[in-house]
Amino acid sequence: MSGEQSVNPKLAAILERLKQVLGDKLKGVTVDKKIIKVEVASGALVEAAAILKEMGFDHVKGVTGVDLIALKQSENAIELIYHAGAYLDNDLAPYVVNLATKLPRDKPVSPSLVKVWPSAEYHERETYEMLGVVFEGHPKLKRLLLPEWWSDIPPLRKDYRPPGRE
Amino acid sequence: MQAEDREARELYIYDTGEGLVFSYGPQHPGTGHFRLIVRVLGDTVLEAEPDPGFVHRGEEKMCESKTWITNIPHLERPVILDSAGILYPYCLAVEKLMGVEPPPRAKYLRALMAELNRIGSHFYYFALYGVFLGLPTPFLWCFGDREFIVDLVQFIGGQRITHSYFVPGGVRNDVLARVPPKLVQHFRTWYTEATGKRPSESELTDDFRKYALHVADFIDSRLDYYWDLILDNSIFISRTRGVGRLTPEEAAALGAVGVTIRASGLKRDVRVDEPYDAYSEVKFEVPVLTDGDGYARAVVAFREMKESLKIIRQLIEGLPDGPFKLKQHPINIRVPAGESFARAEAAHGEMAYYIRSDGSDKPYRVRILAPSFRNLIVIPYTGRGKRIADIPVIYWSNNFWPVEWDR
Repeated sequence: MSGEQSVNPKLAAILERLKQVLGDKLKGVTVDKKIIKVEVASGALVEAAAILKEMGFDHVKGVTGVDLIALKQSENAIELIYHAGAYLDNDLAPYVVNLATKLPRDKPVSPSLVKVWPSAEYHERETYEMLGVVFEGHPKLKRLLLPEWWSDIPPLRKDYRPPGRE
Repeated sequence: MQAEDREARELYIYDTGEGLVFSYGPQHPGTGHFRLIVRVLGDTVLEAEPDPGFVHRGEEKMCESKTWITNIPHLERPVILDSAGILYPYCLAVEKLMGVEPPPRAKYLRALMAELNRIGSHFYYFALYGVFLGLPTPFLWCFGDREFIVDLVQFIGGQRITHSYFVPGGVRNDVLARVPPKLVQHFRTWYTEATGKRPSESELTDDFRKYALHVADFIDSRLDYYWDLILDNSIFISRTRGVGRLTPEEAAALGAVGVTIRASGLKRDVRVDEPYDAYSEVKFEVPVLTDGDGYARAVVAFREMKESLKIIRQLIEGLPDGPFKLKQHPINIRVPAGESFARAEAAHGEMAYYIRSDGSDKPYRVRILAPSFRNLIVIPYTGRGKRIADIPVIYWSNNFWPVEWDR
């Protein structure tokens, strides 16, 4: 853990449990003032989400995809982040856990977490159209915000250039 | 991916299954820029599928080609009625990355602006909610009374709406000490009319604090009329009671926000859960009801306005002196590489930003997690099995703002 600060014992227990269950598949945990982030291998996403759900993080606030190709330390990957929050548990309500995994940029396929967190449904659809991440097992994976006739590459990928800019 | 896209495009629900499919919206005077694809049998709704995206303008992509400061004006455009709410977490997230904290006066001014915007936005809520249930009077009243809030917002931030008042590290300008006498004179007439009190020349002067406190009093006394007009109105009650009901467990599982979740018995408000800026220094209640229906949501919104007025009074009375902004370059701020997540309670609900910086003058990725987008899933969930006439209640009770979810 980097940037130690007084961590809520419940949250600490959850992070400890993730460490125990996932083992090597847990790639890193960051807890600081800026963000609480749990990085896992792509194969362990469902497992990690199930643990978070079971221990109190009952909904997601959103799903974010980040195209890492244009970073200074460029990676040929798309980072997928689930922002999980707690409504029913008063002790966990102040925290948002960002569950992240990296997917290969050429074939970004990830299991859908709608079965774990029903609130992820529309956010996953948005990530599908904006970054081209395919969520396996999603009940209705189709366009949400983009027009039906859109035929270019997913627009939030870094190699998409909006017409009239750059 | 191409083949999957084609397949995805064909998944619209037209011409499949039983019943009649029709579009509810996207005409502006009906649902805003939003369409609901509804399948009905008789007048019972079998399925209601949201189809957003009519005003999608790629705010997130736009953020990547503008600098940290020039992002501010376009980021607040999606929610013109609550510009403060949508921008608040952006500034908090950038400040987290920079490792700075705004001066105390800025914290108070920001919270003050956010609360004024919340009241203005809730006036909008009652205006639209009322007019779509066949009550045009609230529409006219709400816009009339909101004008006094907007005047105050303009005085503080320099613009009626979309004031770009917040910047990372403080607010753009300090509040002036003297209110233009014309504004006070105009306000005095309406104040007397609404409250029945005639403030003396020494009570209501052109002093900013006195003027702002009187505006709060004025709105407070007007709200009593609103209770009789809207919430104690038998038509409103019979149309909204029991419609669009959500239990606390359902609301939590769907990740609903704002009045929707607080009307369903969950006491969740970022201002209390994770206090930011001046909210740890003011006292207020989070109104909660357990019915979870369209009526409870309206009552929660009404009580929130009362609580916001309480907060406004405390903020004005406790407004500290000092600088209103950190000393920094006005356009070109330096944001170190890293990622941060911040949230704030906007008028429509919990607003959050995930921001990633690679140390350059522009953000690498800005993710806007809008409250209306999170509430979208409530429509298909609560719409099933209802009547066509219940659709406006289900739609407007959740405090939606189409441009906000399209971004």
